Amino acid sequence: MGEDMVKQDVVIKKKYKKRSQIKSIMFRYKKNKLAMVGFVMFIIMIIIAISADLIVDYEIDAVTQNMKERLQTPNSEHVFGTDEYGRDIFARIIFGARISLFVGLITISLSLTGGAIIGATAGYYGGRIDNVLMRIMDIFLAIPSILLAISIVAALGTGIFNLLLAMSISQVPRFARIVRSSILTVKGQDFIEAAKACGTKDSRIIIKHIIPNAIGPIIVQATLTMASTILTISSLSFVGLGIQSPTPEWGSMLSDGKKQMRYYPHLVIIPGIAIMLAVMSLNLIGDGLRDALDPRLKN
Amino acid sequence: MSEKLLEIENLYVEYETDEEIVKAVNGLNLIINKGETLGLVGETGAGKSTTALSIMKLLPEKVGIIKDGSIILGDINITKASDADMRLLRGNSISMIFQDPMTSLNPILTIGEQISEVLELHNKEMKKEDISKRVDEILELVGLPKERKAEYPHQFSGGMKQRVVIAIALACEPKLLLADEPTTALDVTIQAQVLEMMADLKEKLNTSMILITHDLGVVAQTCDRVAIMYAGEIIELGTDKDVFESENHHPYTTGLFGSIPDLTKATKRLNPIDGLMPDPTDLPIGCAFHARCPKCMDICKKNKPKEIKKGSHMIKCHLY
Amino acid sequence: MNTPIIQTKNLKKYFKTPKGDLHAVDGVNVSINKGETLGVVGESGCGKSTLGRVLLRLIEPTSGSVYFEGNDITNYDKNQMLEMRKNMQIIFQDPYASLNPRMTISDIIAEPIKVCKTITNKHEIENKVQDLMETVGLAERLINSYPHELDGGRRQRVGIARALSLNPKFIVCDEPVSSLDVSIQAQILNLMMDLQDEMGLTYMFITHDLSVVKHISKEIAVMYLGQCVEKATSDELFNNPMHPYTQALLDSIPIANLSSKGNKKRIIKGEVTSPINPKPGCRFYARCPKSKDICLAPDLHLKEIDNNHQVSCVLYD
Repeated sequence: MGEDMVKQDVVIKKKYKKRSQIKSIMFRYKKNKLAMVGFVMFIIMIIIAISADLIVDYEIDAVTQNMKERLQTPNSEHVFGTDEYGRDIFARIIFGARISLFVGLITISLSLTGGAIIGATAGYYGGRIDNVLMRIMDIFLAIPSILLAISIVAALGTGIFNLLLAMSISQVPRFARIVRSSILTVKGQDFIEAAKACGTKDSRIIIKHIIPNAIGPIIVQATLTMASTILTISSLSFVGLGIQSPTPEWGSMLSDGKKQMRYYPHLVIIPGIAIMLAVMSLNLIGDGLRDALDPRLKN
Repeated sequence: MSEKLLEIENLYVEYETDEEIVKAVNGLNLIINKGETLGLVGETGAGKSTTALSIMKLLPEKVGIIKDGSIILGDINITKASDADMRLLRGNSISMIFQDPMTSLNPILTIGEQISEVLELHNKEMKKEDISKRVDEILELVGLPKERKAEYPHQFSGGMKQRVVIAIALACEPKLLLADEPTTALDVTIQAQVLEMMADLKEKLNTSMILITHDLGVVAQTCDRVAIMYAGEIIELGTDKDVFESENHHPYTTGLFGSIPDLTKATKRLNPIDGLMPDPTDLPIGCAFHARCPKCMDICKKNKPKEIKKGSHMIKCHLY
Repeated sequence: MNTPIIQTKNLKKYFKTPKGDLHAVDGVNVSINKGETLGVVGESGCGKSTLGRVLLRLIEPTSGSVYFEGNDITNYDKNQMLEMRKNMQIIFQDPYASLNPRMTISDIIAEPIKVCKTITNKHEIENKVQDLMETVGLAERLINSYPHELDGGRRQRVGIARALSLNPKFIVCDEPVSSLDVSIQAQILNLMMDLQDEMGLTYMFITHDLSVVKHISKEIAVMYLGQCVEKATSDELFNNPMHPYTQALLDSIPIANLSSKGNKKRIIKGEVTSPINPKPGCRFYARCPKSKDICLAPDLHLKEIDNNHQVSCVLYD
């Protein structure tokens, strides 16, 4: 049969067009207004973070101390006021977005990937593999994640790469647990056996049949991790293992501001709002994504 | 005529959600006499369980609403009874057995505790020793050794659990027992045991029973009267003889019988009813069955058929 | 014509449990000829579903062999098995759990084709899917629907279409109509019988519903606690049940007419005993109304009593 014949055949036969999966997910996502708000917010933040250099000057506004102008409340010259070293908070928020969002997103993706691989392997294969992997994860979980991150950074040395690695490793066990438990609930269902019955490879079963059905709790955990990550960086910075001052970063701005909170509340309110907006937008995106991926919620 | 126990008149039940209104029961009339077993037969979505829940007044709050009609048990109008009155009624005058014995028992209470709980609730002045004596009696009644009352539900098999459920339902000797597919989850040999036991018990206690099922075989073996439900209405009602042996039937009943493979004859092909149940959010005008009916006439598409009675046999169809 | 397409020899599957070995399938010999249907009946826990899965090697047997068209598939390696899977498929009981809720109907039906790469052209796959949907009586407009939007009967049709997508020769039907309403059940049974006539399919029909199994099968095997206790053609089994368990089973079926109402039936007492480390001898001993001491003698095999009628019971020695 020639290619033309086939195509002609197709034209006659197809009364109903098959809709692709990605298109229908996009369609469902777009219908969700809150999710779109979250998406737009997040895009704006990313754009601001990328184009920070065009808006303010890093050296002059964000890093250089200017003791004459310290601790100003928001005014026409400094929209968000200045901190205790006289640096413009607006500029520091904009540049801080780079570090905070970057570290947050990378940490989520690294720990999610690691956790998903470990959790999926443990949950799908079960038995001894499951036992060994999850007991190792339990050991990690027994150590508070901040302590774990501190010891990893202390061992590897400071630096943004090591920081990312430390933060990701400390989050991996949480993801592994969640992925594993989600997989266990899906694994026993008949459609997995149906897939096995036609010879589907394990990797395809996990990716195509199990993960999509177990994605809900994973997404929720991922969006929640964003907030804790930003705050963890600040704690690490506090003990001198995170981002080194004077590099602006939301978490440390928040914890530095605490000292003056009583008299200058804007020092904590403004980075607090920034963190909140970032987390909220991600949460909205996560919720929207979870609903869009689930065709059962379509109205 | 024997004494009337329960009378349902012109019952309408709807489930209202934000998006749609599901018309589950549409104008149901039913009378149950003392001591008789009525089989309520129909497919999924016919409104069988909704009818039972309406009698118990256990419809999901704010969603399931009795729109019209009355349910009268003895001298109590259930549709108008208060919650407190209903609590007294449930378990005492009416009991219900659910389909799944695995989930209708509390896994952390012993079965003895679960049976005595019902007794305590409805017999406040009864002494502890009397209650425990009564528990033993009831267990014996459903064919379980009384030594096992200290055991937990997971120590029993499916058939035994259903016996426990029945024991709880019968603890207060209710006047009416609603059994919602009591044997569907059980194996045939166990089903036979449970059905036999239920029939014996009913004799002993003179309880009326509504047996809800989709299995015509079970109905034929246990029921005195049979009601066939379709789309929230009873479309055929009569004694077992009327439904199983008479010539005249509602076309839906004929279809149901055509769908079960006959064990006594070799059949090449089954004669099922084409199509599906009508959507309960959007019921057709006229007879609800007309779209699937092989004997559909013009009038069926316009007018709702009336109840046509011939002695004890009622058929709701324009054919007669 | 009478060549067995699938045959088992002394097939066993023991599951390890903390309390001991659970004998799910214990030495079962069955064979099914091409284009015929073997009905497997038994109560829950008798190992009938395990038997179906072991035949397809979805569960590895503990010992014994499965022959497909004369070849022992139990020692096939992964690649040979992959090739083999195209020939044998399975239809599940629960049409709700057996379809991936995140995939559309057409994706579900196309999945086996994509996995086995029997067709690679995208348009041809779509055509094949539509042909299959037509075959099983699914409207074309449903291709973008998700399983939760369909009722039980239609879902089961999707399950059948998926099983047919690789043009198998042999299908294990694991209680395919048990969760459906009677009128829908009849529609599906008719469909399955039509498909068998058209495509020459071979079925192994696992069910607990005796009236269904009589209707669809040519031969019936009755299982009790992992063993096949009686095997005969369908008419023979119903007219002349020999094993006490089969007799009790047939007596327990509620029949939809009044002629047998009120008759005292031979209802067997007790419940299925534990399949973990069963005692030697007849497994039905504890419940059997005709049990004798010799029933506990260790070996019991299916014995040919009559033409095509095999029973495993000491009463017929």
